[in-house]
Amino acid sequence: MKNLFTGKLTRLVAQDIDAMGAVIAKWSRDSEFYQLFDSDPTRPRNAKRAQEQMRDYAEKNQPGNFSFAVMRLEDDRIIGEGGLFDALSPHRNAWLAIGIGERELWGKGYGTDAVQILLRFGFQELNLHRINLGVFGYNARAIRAYEKIGFVHEGAWRDALKREGKRWDSIGMGILKSEWEAKQNE
Amino acid sequence: MVLQLFEGEKIRFAAFDAEKDAEVFSKWTHDPEYLRLTEFEPARPLAPFHVKKKIEELEKEAGRDFYFFVIRMKADDRAIGFAHIHWVEWNHGNAHFNMGIGSPNDRRQGLGGEALQMLLRYAFEELNLYRLTGHTFGYNDGAQKFLAKHGLQLEVRRREAIYRDGRYWDALTYGILAEEWTAGNK
Repeated sequence: MKNLFTGKLTRLVAQDIDAMGAVIAKWSRDSEFYQLFDSDPTRPRNAKRAQEQMRDYAEKNQPGNFSFAVMRLEDDRIIGEGGLFDALSPHRNAWLAIGIGERELWGKGYGTDAVQILLRFGFQELNLHRINLGVFGYNARAIRAYEKIGFVHEGAWRDALKREGKRWDSIGMGILKSEWEAKQNE
Repeated sequence: MVLQLFEGEKIRFAAFDAEKDAEVFSKWTHDPEYLRLTEFEPARPLAPFHVKKKIEELEKEAGRDFYFFVIRMKADDRAIGFAHIHWVEWNHGNAHFNMGIGSPNDRRQGLGGEALQMLLRYAFEELNLYRLTGHTFGYNDGAQKFLAKHGLQLEVRRREAIYRDGRYWDALTYGILAEEWTAGNK
């Protein structure tokens, strides 16, 4: 059997709290990254605070949340984070999140590769029926990447975001297991 | 200026009172049809003790992001349902809501409509939210008509996101903006 956690450019690894603190502290200085990644107010965090947050989160031990660090295959560098959330429900679907924190690596296929690993993990290990995501209207690059992967537009939460003084939609996208499988055979 | 946000024509909004309400809320959790019309979670009967604990924990943990009301009849103070606003994103002015009328005998009398209007007024005129999001299921025709009648628009249709009774159903989210609610009330 294939290694489920390894893709073509990246692999998903456990989030090592000690190692991730400094990395997240660095990414959190980049407000644009967090505005693309999260709807919470963006704010700089130091390594200690980032580690505390990760520890609190780990202690809550929500069994349906599978979060990972994204590691680049060529040099084992941690370049992003992502996961599947709320994945153990009787309705067999989950929410997907992905972010590449290292901005000089945007647009090189790392995020797409990590999403492909998450989809394979969701459909072949968790046996999900569908995977959902929300993407912000101003994140054209991500929307295009999700479309290419095979996610379908399912509507928009109108004006759900306010950033830089403007209202933006949050776009709902989803992919069914059958659609993902068909895409694998293309 | 409306001074009475919690007094409707036939109903009022009250705080959850474990002594009075836990028993009747527990009774509703023994009706799977009611649960399946209002909840994503698996239907599960809760003893009064568990109802009390669950609501107290939600109120304590979510703090300013959670507003829970018991719907009571003004005539005899009887609890007939609940309405709540949760997951408030203050930076974007967005939040989600849910509501339910517990007993079939209390439905189809306009009480839910009155409660929804009170909840929208509270969201837009007290919390000063910009938009509100509601959820329902492909099999709940009543809720879809109800939400549309009160000015909410279908925004996102998550295909096959609910598995019940051996098949998949769509999960629907509806939204209304403050300006739409205000225009509808002139």
